[in-house]
Amino acid sequence: MSTDTILYLDGVSVSFDGFKALNALSLYLQKGEMRAVIGPNGAGKTTMMDVITGKTRPDDGRVIFGNKTDLTALDEPAIAELGIGRKFQKPTVFEPHTVWDNFLLALSGDRRPRFTLWARETAHERERIDALLETTRLTEHRNRRAGDLSHGQKQWLEIGMLLAQEPELLLVDEPVAGMTDHETEQTADLLREINRTRSVVVVEHDMHFVRALGVKVTVLHEGSVLSEGTIDHVSSDPRVVEVYLGR
Amino acid sequence: MSVLLRLLVLFCLAFAGPAQAQDDPFALLAGDNFDDIRHGIEQLATSGNSQAAAVITALQEGALYAGPDAALLIKQDETWLDARTGKPAADVAEDALTAVPMNNGVRRAAEAAMGSLELFSPDPATRRHAAEAVLKSRDAASLPGLARALQTEPDAGTRLVMQQAVAAATLASPDASEPDRLAAVNTLRTRGDLDARAMLASLTDQPPSVREAAATAVIAIDRMLQLWGLLQGVFYGLSLGSVLLLAAAGLAITFGVMGIINMAHGEMVMLGAYTTFAVQELIRAHAPGLFGASLFIAVPLAFLVSGAVGVAVERGMLRFLYGRPLETLLATWGLSLVLQQTIRSLFGASNRDVGTPQWMSGATQWGGLTITYNRLVIIIFAALVMAALMAALRYTALGLRMRAVTQNRRMAASMGIRTPWVDAMTFGLGSGVAGMAGVALSQIDNVSPNLGQGYIIDSFMVVVFGGVGNLWGTVVSALTLGIVNKFLEPLAGAVLGKIVVLVLLILFIQRKPRGMFPIKGRAVES
Amino acid sequence: MNRTATILCLAVILGGTALLAFGNATGAVPTYIISLVGKYLCFAILALAVDLVWGFAGILSLGHAAFFSLGGYAMGMYLMRQIGTRGVYGNPVLPDFMVFLNWKELPWYWTGFDNPLFAILMATAVPGLLAWVFGWFAFRSRVSGVYLSIITQAMTYALLLAFFRNDMGFGGNNGLTDFKDIFGYPLQSDSVRRALLIASAVLLAASLLTARYVVTSRFGKVLIAVRDTESRTRFLAYRPERYKLFVFVLSAVMAGIGGALYVPQVGIINPSEFAPGNSIEAVIWVAVGGRGTLVGAILGAILVNAGKTYFTGAIPEFWLFALGALFILVTLLLPKGILGLFSSRSERKS
Repeated sequence: MSTDTILYLDGVSVSFDGFKALNALSLYLQKGEMRAVIGPNGAGKTTMMDVITGKTRPDDGRVIFGNKTDLTALDEPAIAELGIGRKFQKPTVFEPHTVWDNFLLALSGDRRPRFTLWARETAHERERIDALLETTRLTEHRNRRAGDLSHGQKQWLEIGMLLAQEPELLLVDEPVAGMTDHETEQTADLLREINRTRSVVVVEHDMHFVRALGVKVTVLHEGSVLSEGTIDHVSSDPRVVEVYLGR
Repeated sequence: MSVLLRLLVLFCLAFAGPAQAQDDPFALLAGDNFDDIRHGIEQLATSGNSQAAAVITALQEGALYAGPDAALLIKQDETWLDARTGKPAADVAEDALTAVPMNNGVRRAAEAAMGSLELFSPDPATRRHAAEAVLKSRDAASLPGLARALQTEPDAGTRLVMQQAVAAATLASPDASEPDRLAAVNTLRTRGDLDARAMLASLTDQPPSVREAAATAVIAIDRMLQLWGLLQGVFYGLSLGSVLLLAAAGLAITFGVMGIINMAHGEMVMLGAYTTFAVQELIRAHAPGLFGASLFIAVPLAFLVSGAVGVAVERGMLRFLYGRPLETLLATWGLSLVLQQTIRSLFGASNRDVGTPQWMSGATQWGGLTITYNRLVIIIFAALVMAALMAALRYTALGLRMRAVTQNRRMAASMGIRTPWVDAMTFGLGSGVAGMAGVALSQIDNVSPNLGQGYIIDSFMVVVFGGVGNLWGTVVSALTLGIVNKFLEPLAGAVLGKIVVLVLLILFIQRKPRGMFPIKGRAVES
Repeated sequence: MNRTATILCLAVILGGTALLAFGNATGAVPTYIISLVGKYLCFAILALAVDLVWGFAGILSLGHAAFFSLGGYAMGMYLMRQIGTRGVYGNPVLPDFMVFLNWKELPWYWTGFDNPLFAILMATAVPGLLAWVFGWFAFRSRVSGVYLSIITQAMTYALLLAFFRNDMGFGGNNGLTDFKDIFGYPLQSDSVRRALLIASAVLLAASLLTARYVVTSRFGKVLIAVRDTESRTRFLAYRPERYKLFVFVLSAVMAGIGGALYVPQVGIINPSEFAPGNSIEAVIWVAVGGRGTLVGAILGAILVNAGKTYFTGAIPEFWLFALGALFILVTLLLPKGILGLFSSRSERKS
């Protein structure tokens, strides 16, 4: 394991009532890398995300973040604090709050009640939120209730909230589901932009989108890695073809 | 003159007496020597004479009179009976009669004699009872009586008690041999109850080997008693557990399977209890002979009444609240208030009297266990209800649809299952089961409009503790809680025991919110 | 809208009670009205406490009556000690029920309750501590939704059973009553009644302002986020359990204050105040007024209780029907409560 590995999954297994969602899954991610993870339904993509972010505790195996931290011993807030952000499959934002407040809550900073109880918005925070509004093209919607945004806008708001956290590693679950082609393209641009400073794992079904990202692809099947390499490599792998088309 | 006569009689008795007295306990009784009287009693008691009981009873009541020539008469009301024959006596010279005198020795002898006399009673229950009494008296004087009784006793159980009584008396007797004593200790040890323990623990003036044997026997008995006590506790616990199970069974369907927080669940139970009351009132008024069957009639009716109310509630109210569990909780609480007040307006606020059929009252003894029939019936009933419920879920078409709908509503709907109908039926089933529970609970609890209130918290705790959606979990949970509660009761008292159980449950649920037997998988993730 | 409603509400509470107190002093308003309104205001504090946790943190507590009652018992203990030698048995130290039980000395947990400040401290600290312990376990294990509701209900039920016991030293079934003085003034006098009414109004106003500050602060925004999307807040590195715990304890303290003010005005506290039904009733006040609005909770508490006073006097059998129907109809037809009728868009997501 080299020093510039940011994430290392080592033989991770998870089972639900006998069903093996992850089966001795191992995976490396280099610092600054963007990786696309694909696989049929039930391949274990979301469970992998759950394990990395601390939502699900694996039965076996380790998840090493950076050089030494074993994530399997930590809970979600602690892992988020370390610098791992997660975007859900279904856009999950704070619907009763305004776009502005959503960003405000996501900004990195003191999360303890004793701080938030007395916190006032600072000029610095306002600057950062303005920049995020810019990046996610939500400036004109800043005072709208997040629940009133369109589906695509919610996806962007959520990605923006991830950025506000300033994570080292972003886990993005199906970011373009339900988006128009135009939005999909813009999202690919945004992710590439983000990837300049951060590592990213994207789980996606949309092969066009994965191809557009142009990054290394990992194919999961039945809870472990089936194939890994460029999109052209994996799509010509007979095992991958069989899994996707063979049944 | 009369003094002279008396002296003469005494003189004659003194010489002629012994031979005659040996044969005739009545003559001994007619004497005025306390020792003679005592011997008379003892001889009479073991003689098998049919007059023995009547004579000794009369003696105890001060109604036995002695006259000249060893005449012995019993005063009954204002007439006189010949003690020897029991026939009315003619020409009684009342002036010459004196009451047979008593002292403490005589009184004791009379009591012991009465005890052994009953050993020969024609009634088996009386003989059994007498044997127990003799056993407790530990009177060496009872030995001859017991020996004779043992020869004729046909009932094996009673014989055993008599042998134990012999053992007790042997230990009390000053001139029993050491091996006899050891054997007696052994006999009492096999009896193994509190009386036997007390006798063995209080032995005095025994040879060392007997003392030692007695001490080990006491320890062995203590162990046995503890075991029986444990079993009795388990039985009480099972009984309470099956009450909890009955109360929670319906909720295991409506809350466990459907996820509906039905705060009016207790009122469904209450409706079942009032159905029982109504059925019994009708039977009392129109067909009193059917009273023994009243519960059998009430069970299906209660199921229908509560089930129908359940279906109506689901259609009229709950279906608008699916996906809003907290609102469901409030609305059903409101429903519970309305149902309570309805019953209060119809039947009054006070407790109604629900009778217990003959076949459910009484108890039986099984070893060291006391088993009351109503508890036993409720345990069996709870088992039957759960078995029926599980069978209904597993083997009927409705059960299959229910499981399909709860597992994947959309898929079930697209397979052509009418999910709203299934919802209504499932809720009806859960409510109906609660109604059946009400029939059983009417037997052990006050039937009042508040009946259900007492069960609602317990029921929820049972279902949550067992793991929501898991009927077996509910069974294990109810029985566990019942047994734990009953074992805490002697330590902490009933109320404090209940509080302790509640606090333990709260702590348990806080540690394991999904209960003892959680259903795992991605689907349950919030 | 919400700000205006709050200001309006404060004005009505403070102005209204001032007017009532003045009316009573001049003889225009009978004293029983003063006590009655004072009681409603205490219930309003309880409702506010319930709304704080239910409306803004999604914790449907069915055990808030426990916090209210504990506050009430703390105050009741002070009032018992104030009786002094005027009890039936004339014992200067022991309350009557302890003399009756043949107790020789005051239990240790009664020490200090002759001091009013200590009693007031306990009226807030005991409910707060219970909420802290309970919440610490519950929220850390992520017990939520109906499970939480069920165990809060079990908590108040356990306390109900406990306080019924004579050995507990809180007067058992009869509770604490026959109070004479408060702070050295006779409890039955009109001026004390007026003072208690005004104290209730002031503390209600203070509670409203505190609650409003909390829910509009950044803390409150996190809290609302936790209520609707708890897992999202975790992935943003917030610890929802801490937020819930803070607000749960604050709410319990508030309920305790309500209870402490309630007891001198009704003159009795007994175990039936712990009854699970009372907690649920408090929830319906909030639902009637409008969940998550604070002002609605106060409105609901006063309206429902005024209705209760009227109906239980006029047609007693009808009251439970009415209350039951209120539960059903409000949840079915008026999910946003009365305030929801006035606001075009409530803060709560539908």
